[in-house]
Amino acid sequence: MQKKSKTLLLLIHQLLCIYQFNYHLRKMRFLLLFSRQGKLRLQKWFTPISEREKKKIIRDMTNMVLARQPRSSNFLDWKDLKIIYKRYASLYFCLAIESQENELLALEVIHRYVELLDKYFGNVCELDIIFNFEKAYFILDEFLMGGEIQETSKQIVNRCIESSDMLQETMEEYMSKPAF
Amino acid sequence: MFHPPVGAPAVERAEDMNSRDQIAEVCWCFQPTDCCRVGGRLNRSSSLILFWRVPLHCTAMSPSIPLQEMIRAIRSARTQCEERGVIQRECAAIRAQFRQADNGARSHNLAKLLYVHMLGYPAHFGQMECVRMIASPRYSEKRVGYLGAMMLLDEKQDASLLITNSIKNDLSHSNQYVQSLALCTLACMGSAEMCRDLAPEIDRLLRASNSYIKKKAALCAVHIVRKVHELGELFAPAARSLLTEKNHGVLHGAVVLITELCERNPEALERFRKTVPDLVQIMKGLVISGYSPEHDVAGISDPFLQVRILRLLRILGRHSETASDAMNDLLAQVATNTDSTKTVGNAVLYETVLTVLDIKSESGLRVLAVNILGRFLLNNDRNIRYIAMMSLQKIVGTDHNAVQRHRGTIVDCLKDHDASVKRRALELSLALVSASNIRSMMKELLLFLSSCPPELRAQTASGIFNAAERYAPSQRWHIDTILHVLTTAGGDVRDETVPNLIQLITNTSELHCYTVHKLYRALLTDISQQPLVQVACWCIGEYGDLLLKGECQETEPAQVTEDDVLDSLETVLQSHMSAPATRGFALTATMKLSTRITDNVDRIRSIVSIYGSCIDVELQQRAVEYNALFKKYDHMRAAVLERMPVIEKNSLGQTNGESAVEAIKAVQPATVKQGEPPLPLQPANQVCDLLDLLGGSEEPLQPSSVQSGTASGLPINNSSTAGGDLLDLLGGFEPTPAAPAPAVTVYEKDGVNLTLLCEKHSDSGLTVTLTASNSNDSDISSFTLQAAVPKSVQLHMKAPSGDFLPARGAAKVTQMVVLNNPNKVNLKMRVRISYTSQGSACQDTVQIDSFPGL
Repeated sequence: MQKKSKTLLLLIHQLLCIYQFNYHLRKMRFLLLFSRQGKLRLQKWFTPISEREKKKIIRDMTNMVLARQPRSSNFLDWKDLKIIYKRYASLYFCLAIESQENELLALEVIHRYVELLDKYFGNVCELDIIFNFEKAYFILDEFLMGGEIQETSKQIVNRCIESSDMLQETMEEYMSKPAF
Repeated sequence: MFHPPVGAPAVERAEDMNSRDQIAEVCWCFQPTDCCRVGGRLNRSSSLILFWRVPLHCTAMSPSIPLQEMIRAIRSARTQCEERGVIQRECAAIRAQFRQADNGARSHNLAKLLYVHMLGYPAHFGQMECVRMIASPRYSEKRVGYLGAMMLLDEKQDASLLITNSIKNDLSHSNQYVQSLALCTLACMGSAEMCRDLAPEIDRLLRASNSYIKKKAALCAVHIVRKVHELGELFAPAARSLLTEKNHGVLHGAVVLITELCERNPEALERFRKTVPDLVQIMKGLVISGYSPEHDVAGISDPFLQVRILRLLRILGRHSETASDAMNDLLAQVATNTDSTKTVGNAVLYETVLTVLDIKSESGLRVLAVNILGRFLLNNDRNIRYIAMMSLQKIVGTDHNAVQRHRGTIVDCLKDHDASVKRRALELSLALVSASNIRSMMKELLLFLSSCPPELRAQTASGIFNAAERYAPSQRWHIDTILHVLTTAGGDVRDETVPNLIQLITNTSELHCYTVHKLYRALLTDISQQPLVQVACWCIGEYGDLLLKGECQETEPAQVTEDDVLDSLETVLQSHMSAPATRGFALTATMKLSTRITDNVDRIRSIVSIYGSCIDVELQQRAVEYNALFKKYDHMRAAVLERMPVIEKNSLGQTNGESAVEAIKAVQPATVKQGEPPLPLQPANQVCDLLDLLGGSEEPLQPSSVQSGTASGLPINNSSTAGGDLLDLLGGFEPTPAAPAPAVTVYEKDGVNLTLLCEKHSDSGLTVTLTASNSNDSDISSFTLQAAVPKSVQLHMKAPSGDFLPARGAAKVTQMVVLNNPNKVNLKMRVRISYTSQGSACQDTVQIDSFPGL
């Protein structure tokens, strides 16, 4: 009997260890973009989460944020996280951060991302992000990385994106040349 | 070629119509310096631009149309079903293409799949394609392949192991953009295994000459340290040297990395204290330097970097005089010179304030910081008010008086319409209640309770109870306050409220008359608030005679007749709103009244007998037993239904006589949740008397002969045990265990102390009470306990009393764990403790092999 309970405890311990993966510190946990109708436009997860969990969080976020009254604060408490959201035209930007993070700076991070999108697309609108969603991801990956800010200068991010696009273009051209 | 969607698709769904309508409104125009404006207002002012601008690179990217075409097709689907059809067709095509050899359109197929994935459809079949594309020599394919990997793979899947080698190759690629893709993916989804494999590569890249790669490598290192703590040592030297860098991106990465290393490892923290002068120098450069267009945000030079440095300074300055001294001047400079008209400025100020409050700063600086918070509190912007209260909450323990000065403003915030602000204001208001302001604060809190959002009600109620218990100016005020809460938010109070209040009422004998009148009136107006009704029933049962006499000086004389009282109790019994427990209270109260009134005993007899055939088993049993008390043991009725004695606090364990212990020991946990108010404590002699009483009756009853006792219709209301039932009859007791074993400490580490108290209440059942306290100088939040036991043992964890442990043991968190061990296995328990202290999450496990008192 004792042996059995010992192996069981071992199992429990292993399970706990696996569970611990979800407890990694990340300053930012996820960023979601969704429309006023609750349609997801972009999702970026900075911690490993199962697909099911993701869907649940997305549902929770859209419900909570869309239910907020106008002229409320931009902060929400959700579980052990803070949700910082801001609406730009028809699109909601919703960033989850750890509770000891600087909320005002998170608001600034959202704003910076919008500025980057705007610079790239030129007067960006929701449809730009729908039809060129991969670009929106590429821009985000130059700005944030692993839940941290990667580059604090707008100009540098823009320049990097342009050069990456250029690289892609030249390669495409090179590839599409007739092979004779 | 790519068709700009100027003429949007012919058929559009309602949702799309909507977003097309918005095109006019949707166009954003930004003034980079103005970040406080609300988007909505901006659109309206710039709604002239109706055209779609398609960036050049987009057109160049797509030699074939498919992705945009598909998106359009999906968007033009009119119903959910149609959409599903389109996507199924597309997915089939994508799948088929994946199987074919390279045809140059692979990246488009994967991009399409990623779009489908975002809509919530399954896309796992693209995982292997991601792996293939990452290994491709073409940049365009790598780019989409890595993007797909970040979205479709996660570290637990085997496929993610397959990309380790590709990442490794790409990390040493000659092109920085290819390197960047690999770094970004590693930082996003690198598993512990991957991190171990690639850590040396990252360390090499940290020493590269290219700042574009260095900043990414630094953040990758941060990810690796988070995944595999012991690799921190590897990066420490490189991180130190990165601080000499001029590029802000790299500096930012370095500061983040050092922060991470310091938070993980106290030795590293000690070592990095030496960098304080460097950091101060960098920060000074930022504050003093003139306008630099690269990094300027609303007149603040690189707020992102400033905030990061301030946070690192906070960690380095904490608990260190010398480090704090070195940064005092700088902090004062930042606090006085930062422009607070814009969000960014406030973000920097906020971070400065937090740092000042956390390190060993000069008192003058501290005053300055608290004043900044005071200014924040008066700000028109709700966001700023919110963070002001967040930070005041942190210092309310140490600078109580300073926070107390802002009480008026904070209480005003209770009336704000924003729930987030309300929550902060509530927490702070509760912390500000003191003996001197209890009356005025309570008025505000009760007002808040009546109008607050439902999710805050429970918190408000328990806060009010705690405050009232600590600072109540008088007993009567205390009772009134609790009754007020019960009338406004009765549904949201914790279960123990009822017994606590009953104990309070019992002990204030001079107010019995007043209380019973008040409760009777409350009962007449509203019988929907269950806890209130329960207490009211209990009081009417106990003090029915005082109610009928009607000579209460403090309230206007109300002539109450016996019939009135019985009517109201019967209403409770019959109401569909009454919970089973409430009916139990009402029935017992009715029974108790039978010795307190003179004329209507027959009516009581008939009420009781009606419930003898009630569908609710609990109630039926009780009624049958009361009936028996009427019929067979009428001579004992008066004695059995006597008034409850005054309950003395903490008398348990010392006064219990041997026989009482015997009797109580047998009580099962099942009896706890009866309709009777469970009272935690009772004098032992009462129980002994009752046992004697029973012994004298014609059917001698031993605590062991449980079944026969019930069957013979003795005045016992639960089948399980004799002792517990008798206690119930007395007006209700919580079955209490034998003299509890002393609490033992099972865990003591980093100032967190966990004690364990075992109470065995039956052969196989036992209740373990875990009590945690915090002797640190800083508060602990999100404190949770998790327990694991061998499989054959049933475990039931009750709700904890809270999740916040204030510094220096100011309060404790207790959690009850009920264990049922029917197979009598060797009992072991593993408890996992997790909490957040000073911003970092801690976790530990402790195994408990022996349980004292078993």
